[in-house]
Amino acid sequence: MNPAAFRECIDIFAVFLKIGALTFGGGYTMLPLLRADIAEKRKWASEDDIIDFYAVSQSLPGIVAVNTSMLIGYKKAKIPGLVSACLGMICPSVMIILAIALFIQNFLAVKTVGHAFGGIRAAVAALIVKTAFDMGKKCLVDGACALIFAAAFLAFTLADISPVIPVAAGGMAGIVLARRRPS
Amino acid sequence: MSVYLTLAGEFLKIGLFSVGGGLATLPFLYKLADSHDWFTRATLVDMIAISESTPGPIGINMATYAGYAAAGVYGGVLATLALVFPSVVIALFITKALDAFRDDKSVKAAFYGVRPAVTALIASAALGFMKMMLIDIENGSSAANILNVKRIALFAVTLYLMKKYDKHPVFYIGGAAIAGAALKL
Repeated sequence: MNPAAFRECIDIFAVFLKIGALTFGGGYTMLPLLRADIAEKRKWASEDDIIDFYAVSQSLPGIVAVNTSMLIGYKKAKIPGLVSACLGMICPSVMIILAIALFIQNFLAVKTVGHAFGGIRAAVAALIVKTAFDMGKKCLVDGACALIFAAAFLAFTLADISPVIPVAAGGMAGIVLARRRPS
Repeated sequence: MSVYLTLAGEFLKIGLFSVGGGLATLPFLYKLADSHDWFTRATLVDMIAISESTPGPIGINMATYAGYAAAGVYGGVLATLALVFPSVVIALFITKALDAFRDDKSVKAAFYGVRPAVTALIASAALGFMKMMLIDIENGSSAANILNVKRIALFAVTLYLMKKYDKHPVFYIGGAAIAGAALKL
């Protein structure tokens, strides 16, 4: 790799390192940062490109924030850019979480912290319930979707199966249904 | 060695099959809590709370945490790299035909079916967590103390506030931590 290309990769890594360290939750929360840092300041991709990459990333397996950053990295510097963007995006998470994980056991032994986590667990349950409701409102658009939902819910709740099975079966059902539907 | 191989295998699978963003990896981790002795479902709930309250994509944060729980610092790094590896490979192929992929009818059709399935997995995990956190089976010798009333109340209040004010999860988690410490939950 020539020095200029190497420097470019370091740049890409650094920008996504910053974005990874500053976004809570990933996904759409990082869009404003991408717009400011990538489209306006550095002009590596246009605002429309970014929206496009984000939309495609939602239909790709894996983490949406990582997928979006990789597509931007590729546009700027091909394969080395893609890899640099991915590593930059995951670096802050890995370092912050490992630092917390190393010390949390001692904290949990403190009685007040234990009680605090008791409260946190109730909030997390509420959070997951709310997430499921919001997703349901968006994707349960007709009878076929409701049927897929019901079948996947019963299968995963009652039988000891891997989540891979409902996901793959849902995808196949979607393709079969589209073939049968006259368009 | 073998724990690293198992860990890498599991997270490659999660990276390949978790679609839908946000909590899409949750049903997989939920299953891992049952199938391996790396972490319990209760620990998983703490992982979610910490992953939501720290910077970075939630899926990445949870993978690092779960990997750490399974096999220490190297486990955390390995699980995260394994999680993103399928995405890297797929992205390399997709970039060559981004527009074709976006407009592809089969991709759209598949996602039409995948989304309700993923929602069902998260709903099922939500039900499991509610059962685990709100009902104390091991303490509950009589009907009166089976239900953890304080937690149920906090759960209901949090859910209500989330629906009313659409704030970032970190606010509710912080609020619940204070309430938990004050109420000795």
